[in-house]
Amino acid sequence: MQVEEKKEFTPLIVAFCCNWCSYAGADLAGSNRLNYPANVKIIRVPCSCRVNPLFILRAFQRGADGVIMCGCHPGDCHYTTGNYYARRRMTTLFSMLDYLGIEKERTRVEWVSAAEGVKFAATMKDFAETIQKLGENRKLRDLRCEK
Amino acid sequence: MYKISMDQIDQLYKAIAEFDALYLPIEKGGEVEFYPYEEDAKVRLDVLHTVKSAKDAFLPTTENMMKFKVEGKKIEVEEVDRVNQEFVVFGVRACDARSFSILDKVYLSDPVDTYYEARRKCGVIVATACSRPEETCFCMKFDIDATEPEGDVVTWIEDGVLYWEAKTEKGTALTEKVASLLEECDTAAVDRQKAATKEIIDRLPLNSMDMEYLKGADMMTLFKSEKWEGLYKSCLGCGTCTFVCPTCQCYDIRDFDTGHGIVRSRCWDSCMYRDFTMMAHGTNRKTQLERFRQRFMHKLSYFPINNDGEFGCVGCGRCISKCPISMNITKVIKTLGGDN
Amino acid sequence: MREIRELLVNKIKELLDNGTVDRVIGWKAGEFCYDVTPAIFTKDDSFDDFLFNGFCGANQSKYLIEETKAPGRDEPEKGKILVLLKPCDSYSFNQLIKEHRIDREKVYALGVPSKGMLDVNKLRNMGINGILGIEEDGDMVKVKTLYGDKEVARKDLILDRCRCCKGSKHVAYDELLIPEAEEWEKDTTDRFAEVEKLEQMSAEERFDFWRSQLSKCIRCNACRNVCPACSCRTCVFDNANSGVAAKVNADDFEENMFHIIRAWHVAGRCTDCGECSRVCPQNIPLHLLNRKFIKDMNELYGDFQAGDDTETKGPLTAFTKTDAEPSIVYSRGGDK
Repeated sequence: MQVEEKKEFTPLIVAFCCNWCSYAGADLAGSNRLNYPANVKIIRVPCSCRVNPLFILRAFQRGADGVIMCGCHPGDCHYTTGNYYARRRMTTLFSMLDYLGIEKERTRVEWVSAAEGVKFAATMKDFAETIQKLGENRKLRDLRCEK
Repeated sequence: MYKISMDQIDQLYKAIAEFDALYLPIEKGGEVEFYPYEEDAKVRLDVLHTVKSAKDAFLPTTENMMKFKVEGKKIEVEEVDRVNQEFVVFGVRACDARSFSILDKVYLSDPVDTYYEARRKCGVIVATACSRPEETCFCMKFDIDATEPEGDVVTWIEDGVLYWEAKTEKGTALTEKVASLLEECDTAAVDRQKAATKEIIDRLPLNSMDMEYLKGADMMTLFKSEKWEGLYKSCLGCGTCTFVCPTCQCYDIRDFDTGHGIVRSRCWDSCMYRDFTMMAHGTNRKTQLERFRQRFMHKLSYFPINNDGEFGCVGCGRCISKCPISMNITKVIKTLGGDN
Repeated sequence: MREIRELLVNKIKELLDNGTVDRVIGWKAGEFCYDVTPAIFTKDDSFDDFLFNGFCGANQSKYLIEETKAPGRDEPEKGKILVLLKPCDSYSFNQLIKEHRIDREKVYALGVPSKGMLDVNKLRNMGINGILGIEEDGDMVKVKTLYGDKEVARKDLILDRCRCCKGSKHVAYDELLIPEAEEWEKDTTDRFAEVEKLEQMSAEERFDFWRSQLSKCIRCNACRNVCPACSCRTCVFDNANSGVAAKVNADDFEENMFHIIRAWHVAGRCTDCGECSRVCPQNIPLHLLNRKFIKDMNELYGDFQAGDDTETKGPLTAFTKTDAEPSIVYSRGGDK
């Protein structure tokens, strides 16, 4: 006899982290043994400016429930100006998602430096809680990708 | 012949929808397309042309063909079930109705396309005669009688009454299923409508278009005509004409990686696209002139040569009203004809 | 309109005759007076079927990309091409020059006046079909149909995009056909009014609205191919290596993705010429996506009109150190 297990919703979160600050921040969180949710999947990018809006949409397509982008603090970009451009891009993109009626809380940008392991862990924890409350992503998903 | 008042037409839809899937021209978001019937749907039998043609019912925009999983050297293939439930497409106009026989020539000839074949077997066509043709209509150029469309059942709408006549076995079977709603009647009203419509069709502007020169025309003469140069230039290379066309039949097959397997699906394709029939070495139609010429040569020359002179066009006029830059098959026919 | 056509043909012939240009992109008459096709005319062509009427809405600046390309190895050097720019087209023209997609040296731009272009679908929506002839007569339009003659006010047939006209001023030209073309009595509708209306809705309502619109998309690419800002040599959606290439929307997600990304890719470069909505066979109000980006960028980064000139950087290729944070999005919109 098979027992149907009632699965509790655990959100899948994709975090794009810039190589120079936020990824190092995540590293620091790890080496300091700080807890952050295991369902946050980190994708390392050279700079927050590398994040193309298609990356965000495709993360949702592949089943992400929330997407967060982390980069160096404005002014501290390894490439001097990358995150300034990224800031404008993500602002306009998120606003467009909201305009289409897709929950704006599913997307977030946070600046995390290499020294901010604590902030990284806290941010991820907070974002994961927000997404947990929002529930599953239904509006921007690809049915073909569902199991 | 039978009849039913248009006031009760909803009951007819409901009755059909009870035992068959029913597709009707339904208005959604301001445009009319063939959609499955729902109780409060805005049915628009009065609209002459849905944006896409009724071919969707047999050759959907996109359909899954199979799924597979690859694990190491093991491939697990999962077939997609063919359609096996009867469905009814209601409100098909004469042009679209003829397009099915053109599609049949492609999909039902050897090797038979089993996905298409299954839908054709299950589909019952309830055609609707036209009484108010548009200026863009030119189905008469292809010997299509808009007042007597091909279909399993043919209907005429006149003065708030829908007249119903079964033409095939499938049609008779459908008629029997809804017989309690239909009332027997004579053909007087329908005959009157037919005569009046024929008179309008005779006056349609495109009726005077010369197509005689295309019958038995030499393929290479048409192909090499210098007039293509003047025609193609404005073409944007979009797929509007192809996707609204009832007889365009090309498709592309793609694999989609779902993350836990592969879905192989096919979707409509357009010969106007740069990546049409793209192969490893590239494509054999490198310029828009070649792509543009391909579309019209196919309809006006290649198809008739291979199909007893039948053109690959039914004269619905959708490309006339939908092309962003108003280039269309009638302009091509007229220009190529000219003083050839 | 007839007088303008005469004036225009004379001007074109003059420019062809004196060798300023060797060809012109004009408009060729069709079967029904509304099915006007852009076409190239040279000195030797007859101008009998050259047309200029209310249905010459097509923005012709994009054709210049192809027409001003450097000739191939075996092709002869071409002379200048004459382009007829309506005021709104001149913005796209400028923008394409800014993006180095048009060789300005190879173009002679003649500014033609426009009092708002017409939309034949407006007639059809009024239930007028079987249209055989349309005659513009001052404020009225006389329509001859298979089912009797009709008369309609011209302002009721104006293309939606012309209701929010940018004005009768050309921002780029070599010569103006009528130098003192007067401002026409256009609608005073605020172009962002519809965007604002959507913003005031709840997220659910907005979602339903866009689903009902975008689900009609047949992915014919007309919006993309007509768009003067979509001038990439290979579109990301045609590039097999991009991972998002597709010919048809397989599901809701692809419908959304195509239109979000297309609008985003032209953001800051879109001049709001409205061609996308004009050509959509399904009449999806695509301009509302572009205008949302324009409105946001105007509000957050300062007013900007793409194509106003050929130098200024667009808002998404510029920044300031004090730009708003993306979190500002959480505090905007209908349901804050």
